[in-house]
Amino acid sequence: MTPTTHVFRPAPASRALETVAAWLLGLLWILPLAYAVWTAFHPSAFSTRFEPGAPLTLQNFVNAWKAAPFARYFLNTTLLVTMIIAAQIVLGTLAAYALARFEFRGRELVFGLILLQLMVMPDVLIVENYSTMNTLGLRDTLLAIGLPYFASAFGIFLLRQTFKTVPKELVDAARVEGASALQVLMKVYVPLAKPVYLAYALVSVSYHWNNFLWPLIVTNSVETRPLTVGLQVFSSTDQGVDWSIITAATLMTSAPLLVGFLLFQRQFVQSFMRAGIR
Amino acid sequence: MKRFAPAVTPWLLLLPALTLLVAFTHWPALATVVDSVFSTAKKGRPSHFTGLDNYRSMVEDDVFWQALWNNAIYAVATVPLSIALAIAMALWVNSRIPGRGLLRLAYFTPTVLPMIAVANIWLFFYTPQYGLLEQATQWLGWPSHNWLGDKHTALGAIIVVAVWKEAGFFMIFYLAALQQIPPSLAEAAALEGASRSQYFRRVLFPLLMPTTLFVLINALINSVRMVDHLFVMTRGGPDNASTLLLYYIYQVGFSFWDTGYAAALTVVVLAALGIVAFLQLRFLDRRTHYQ
Repeated sequence: MTPTTHVFRPAPASRALETVAAWLLGLLWILPLAYAVWTAFHPSAFSTRFEPGAPLTLQNFVNAWKAAPFARYFLNTTLLVTMIIAAQIVLGTLAAYALARFEFRGRELVFGLILLQLMVMPDVLIVENYSTMNTLGLRDTLLAIGLPYFASAFGIFLLRQTFKTVPKELVDAARVEGASALQVLMKVYVPLAKPVYLAYALVSVSYHWNNFLWPLIVTNSVETRPLTVGLQVFSSTDQGVDWSIITAATLMTSAPLLVGFLLFQRQFVQSFMRAGIR
Repeated sequence: MKRFAPAVTPWLLLLPALTLLVAFTHWPALATVVDSVFSTAKKGRPSHFTGLDNYRSMVEDDVFWQALWNNAIYAVATVPLSIALAIAMALWVNSRIPGRGLLRLAYFTPTVLPMIAVANIWLFFYTPQYGLLEQATQWLGWPSHNWLGDKHTALGAIIVVAVWKEAGFFMIFYLAALQQIPPSLAEAAALEGASRSQYFRRVLFPLLMPTTLFVLINALINSVRMVDHLFVMTRGGPDNASTLLLYYIYQVGFSFWDTGYAAALTVVVLAALGIVAFLQLRFLDRRTHYQ
């Protein structure tokens, strides 16, 4: 990413002022997180005292890890996001292919019905979806957390837009060679959409890694709880006010995404951009 | 393109996704409306049709009005604030400011954190006496204040967290838009003798308009959906001062187990989302191409 135009360079004075403002905002933005990092890596005696020579420790992380079944929560969340993204990609690819390359009656209506989910997200339909899960006997399972998100309007929309840009010549060439509809999809469309798949996967994984309300409602055991719910249970019940341990647990649960983001910053930012541009 | 598969193929391709969409979006949305005119089943008293009774109790429910009012404030505060900050951030990060890589990192980081984690961090930040905020105000000689425990500041404190969480996310979209604006436009404007602020107002902001509308819709949806931090920070309190609609639905539906009333409340949320959808069709569709 390079800065674009600098024809309108501000005067030196206002430029300095803007730099200061930008950095103050940046500082303000990072401050709560920096505070949490300080607390998590120092003994609780120093959790709210800032002394340059304060000893560093990992004990808070060890204590948090021992105090609740975080290993299990990590496993649950990992399984959950893997399951969701796999289902979203398979279902989304098939549906987007149908919408992008086939002409059939009712296509626009179907597309409209799909887009409705962009507004009426499963996130607000918690009461009805809970009773559905009850009826299906799926309450308190990982499948129940993921199921309402398997068909994603956003994913279908994104892939449809991408598929529409695939040149027809490529498709025709494949058909001349005798490829079936499914082979055309797998050999022509899917490979060309790779960057979009990556972008969508990053957005979806970070969304579902962080999702809280629906998993909170539909789970009630250690075996199914994802990290977010586990963290909330952990920090709201037995910890009292030991902030060192709570912040350590908090950072621990966010760490995979945070580290992934720091390592692949460019891809993350570009994925969110790509997924957002319509 | 000519058909290269049987007519049923597109429907077969759509079937899995459509089945799940109908089961977990369309059906529950309709069922919400139906359930809202039935009473909640209790022991020995099955659910029965009650007409508008749930809505009548809603009108008389002070907590509902409080939640609705709070949610309106929440939307009116978070939406413009986060959009304005996002534009400022994007302009700065897109300019030749020293250390812009680090700045972009600082602005964007809250986006990748779970809201629950964010809430824990901010709860600590706001803690009376020990929290960083208190330490700062003490250092300035101001009196101690329980930001989350005071009903005059609880909602404000919640709003700050929401803005902190989403501004960097919206920045990304502005950044993408800014980078697609050709430099020749600025050169042309400069040749015509436009000032910097004129360029911003007359060229840049109109060009950013589609992005602003897209972000606006997302911000409005977020103001309905983003309630996770309430669970950790205030639980809607004190005295419902910071409760929001979706949080109240959760309480009614899963603490009081009054599903009929929760359905009626959900209808209100769906109506609000419907208004947003209408706005989108009306204003956004002109500039974005679904085709």
